[in-house]
Amino acid sequence: MIEAFIKAISATPGKPAGVSRRTDTVAKMIDTTTCIGCKACEVACQEWNNQQVTFGNFEGTYQTMPDLAHNFWNLIKFNETESEIGTPLWLMSKYQCMHCVDPGCLKACPAPGAIVQYTNGIVDFNHDACIGCGYCMTGCPFDVPKMNPATNKVHKCTLCTDRVSVGLEPACIKACPTNCLSFGTREDLIRKAEDRVGTLQSDGFPNAGIYNPPGVGGTHVVYVLAHADQPEAYGLPKDPHIPWTVALWKGPLKWIGNVLLIGGILGTFFHYVRYGPQRDE
Amino acid sequence: MTNGWTDVANADVVLVMGGNPAENHPVGFRFVMEAKRVRKAKLVTIDPRFNRTAAVSDIYVPIRAGTDIAFLGGLIHYAITHDLYQHEYVKLHTNASFLIREGFSFEDGFFSGWDENKKAYDKSSWNYELDAAGYAKVDPAMEHPRSVFQLMKHHYSRYTPEMVASICGCSAADFEKAAAIICSTGKPDRQGTVLYALGWTQHSHSVQLIHTAAMLQLMLGNIGMPGGGVNAQRGHSNIQGATDMGAWNMLPGYLRLPRANQQTLADYLKETTPKALRPDSMNYWSNTPKFVVSLLKAYYGDKATKQNNFGYDFLPKLGETDNYSWGYLFDHMYAGQIEGMISFGMNPVANGPNTPKMLAALSKLKWLIVAECFETETASFWKARELAEKYYSTALDSSGINTEVFLLPAACFAEKDGAFVNSSRWAQWKNVAVEPPGQAWRDQDIIARLFLKIRELYEKEGGKAPEPLLNMAWNWQNPASPSLSEVSREINGRDAAGKQLASFAALADDGSTACGNWVYTGSFTEAGNMMARRGQEDPTGLGLFPNWAWNWPANRRILYNRASADAAGKPWDASRAPLRWNGTNWTGDVADYKADAAPGDFGAFIMLPEGVAKLYASDFVEGPFPEHYEPVESPVENILHPKVSSNPLAKIFRTDRDPIGSAAEFPYVGTTYRLTEHFHYWTKNIAGTSELQPHFFVEVPEALAKTKNIRSGDMVRVRSARGAVEGRAMVTKRMRGLQVSGKTVYQIGLPIHWGFIGRVTGPLVNNLSPSVVDPNSGTPEYKGFLVNIEKI
Repeated sequence: MIEAFIKAISATPGKPAGVSRRTDTVAKMIDTTTCIGCKACEVACQEWNNQQVTFGNFEGTYQTMPDLAHNFWNLIKFNETESEIGTPLWLMSKYQCMHCVDPGCLKACPAPGAIVQYTNGIVDFNHDACIGCGYCMTGCPFDVPKMNPATNKVHKCTLCTDRVSVGLEPACIKACPTNCLSFGTREDLIRKAEDRVGTLQSDGFPNAGIYNPPGVGGTHVVYVLAHADQPEAYGLPKDPHIPWTVALWKGPLKWIGNVLLIGGILGTFFHYVRYGPQRDE
Repeated sequence: MTNGWTDVANADVVLVMGGNPAENHPVGFRFVMEAKRVRKAKLVTIDPRFNRTAAVSDIYVPIRAGTDIAFLGGLIHYAITHDLYQHEYVKLHTNASFLIREGFSFEDGFFSGWDENKKAYDKSSWNYELDAAGYAKVDPAMEHPRSVFQLMKHHYSRYTPEMVASICGCSAADFEKAAAIICSTGKPDRQGTVLYALGWTQHSHSVQLIHTAAMLQLMLGNIGMPGGGVNAQRGHSNIQGATDMGAWNMLPGYLRLPRANQQTLADYLKETTPKALRPDSMNYWSNTPKFVVSLLKAYYGDKATKQNNFGYDFLPKLGETDNYSWGYLFDHMYAGQIEGMISFGMNPVANGPNTPKMLAALSKLKWLIVAECFETETASFWKARELAEKYYSTALDSSGINTEVFLLPAACFAEKDGAFVNSSRWAQWKNVAVEPPGQAWRDQDIIARLFLKIRELYEKEGGKAPEPLLNMAWNWQNPASPSLSEVSREINGRDAAGKQLASFAALADDGSTACGNWVYTGSFTEAGNMMARRGQEDPTGLGLFPNWAWNWPANRRILYNRASADAAGKPWDASRAPLRWNGTNWTGDVADYKADAAPGDFGAFIMLPEGVAKLYASDFVEGPFPEHYEPVESPVENILHPKVSSNPLAKIFRTDRDPIGSAAEFPYVGTTYRLTEHFHYWTKNIAGTSELQPHFFVEVPEALAKTKNIRSGDMVRVRSARGAVEGRAMVTKRMRGLQVSGKTVYQIGLPIHWGFIGRVTGPLVNNLSPSVVDPNSGTPEYKGFLVNIEKI
């Protein structure tokens, strides 16, 4: 069923067959101004995905662990800082795969079919095809995919594609008690985020804005930030781009590679024609 | 809660103080967020720590633990001096106009009537001035110098913004900024709610603290209003239900347990049934005899007859000065006066203050029964030294113990049905999700079998005072396993014909009705189990949801809702009117009033003898007006009256295990709290929640950490006069030094959730807290005690 909705596949040329007529893309909206850092989304993610529990080290913050892990795909970042007038700020924001419109992971992946992007915008990993090279980790400007050293496979948030494909919302959305998380079509949610930003701006947050970075073609996870001028304060990269190495490797270098490959094949052919098969002396 | 969680969405201003709902009530907190999002409500957080709630607040003001009365008294002063209180409401619905007898005074920290020898008040000078008919005299203009309003104005005239700042440690400007927002709800068309929790109830002056909040809300006209009220956020799924069903001094439905001087039912009823203090007071507690007799009929059935005073003699009586609240109970135990204890759903070693004394107290028991779904620190207190050694530099002493301990595996909440009563007073029925595992039994099965066996022993062998057991009605279909539906039906009550009652108005004092708790009448009627209802209709549009579960009392969603309208019955705020008077009836919510009585017939507060709400209340032991007293262990003197620094009536236990620390040795304020990741001392047994917060930690203000050379992650030792705990430091900007009377005071944050048993373990922070309790409620002072901290 799901194959019918594939938009892009890693290391596979041409358009995938059977593109659906369906054009709606899905998205998550994270309104950080109403996030209370309760971690219900973390628990829901762990439970739904049946993750193995690990007890981390104490890191001096309320944050569950310093970064996402191969068995922990949804992390609330707690950022303690101060306003210009010296009052404390405790910014909490949920972190997970951003499901980029132009996914760096998929671009970087050399294993055919290991990473797919569905027409609804979800970017998902197919672990049967994953070769554990870790190129997707390099390709991701958000540092999301994590390698499981025991299995040599890379893991990340699936945007609950198993739930979404049967019409349910992702587990994190269902668990959120303050409605700071919403799920719907990307178009609707961007409109909703714009409304919310308007309210915040009139409520004394002139720098409120949406985080939907153009460097990756936009994302299927959009944020409402009260201080959108400084996304780093929320642990989000300011202007994420697919690393130039990946762009190079899938762009000009790919053609140079192809030329070299074809040259090699042609060389072999002409060598055979000219000298014939190798004979034992 | 006077109102309910869903109602918080109706507020224009949400004051969070003495609680941290984003942390501890995240699901209820959605209604705060809804108020913010939809109504553009302002959220004001006053707390020692910049916490999760503060993180999404419009205004945050830091405060020193234990100084809330000063802050709230300052708000009352601010409302009066800035003329922001709701005049008409105060005049009509409170006792502001009542006159107090001549001789009442407050000087140097003491109210009139203090007896230095008895260390108690003679309250006679606190009474109202009565007329010939026995009613309180009033001055409707509230100008008489002995009127409650003038006395209150005078009492709080000392609580200026500057005074509040120097007591609480905030700035006067911050206080005034918060005060302007909070007091903006003094207008009839603006409503403010107050959300509090154990940050208010766990002080040596906690009852008075909540009294102050009630006074403020009454002054602002916010009681009985949607989006208003004084709202306690309960910390356990059914702690409201537990409170409703009785306590050491309470029978179910807030009826007092008889004392030894009340030997006959007539004596008891005479002393516990109040008399009206105004001609228009409905004084609903005048029905006390009906509630009591119906309760006795539920207890003793056919054995309760008019001839034997309905079995009143069977009821145990407390000695006139007996107190068995928490602190006293374990003090008696430590003194060797208690032979055995049965502990259900309770982990005193972890919960109670002063763990070293607690362990010593339990070791004086001959036997201890613990019924639990996990092994707890209480069940294993006898191996505390061995299990907890790594968390305490001075290991807890629990050696040489002869207590015989029985740990009975009990079913957990999902393995039994019954009702949870939440903060909103909603009794919500739940079904069994899974059967108890292994040999675990449901609580009712354990209790029933204990009862049957003990009764059998009394029948066979006799004993002292067997009557209460031998005469107990035990008419369950399966006596060894009463179903909770049967029990709920008994709680609701029935008439002589065995029909389930629909309302407590039908209760009688002639023995024709039986009722286990009058407050719950209507919860399980002839129409069925009302607690199991799940209707989502909202006819008023105010989020009252009258068909969702069942709300005590009488399915009323907002208490004191008659006060939402003026003398003529016209709502103060037409857009948020829980009740409307149509000329013959009150419609909307279930009226907290006689449903067909005209607006002028009775005072709006039908449960009080005054018929109006009490700004001035002589019910409490330490004074009719709340006064700021320092915590028993405080880093500073009380600048209002240094000679009477802390509550003169605070109960301080004085055994060899109850040392009180001095500011010289312990200069910092320790305060305990919960985290959202854990539930009390249970979830450390659960992998999923433990993963989110596996480690005990200590929150230390950045500036203090610098002077002590402590960095985040360093091991520190926190000591109090009782004991010490060791753990990792979390150095934070969210807690700061406070300027208190010219001195910098630092506070240390101590989350509670660890213990020496579980998937993750850590120290019990109550190793630090003192056995000091509020004299009215008996609640220990966990918030605000003295500690010191060092790097190890």
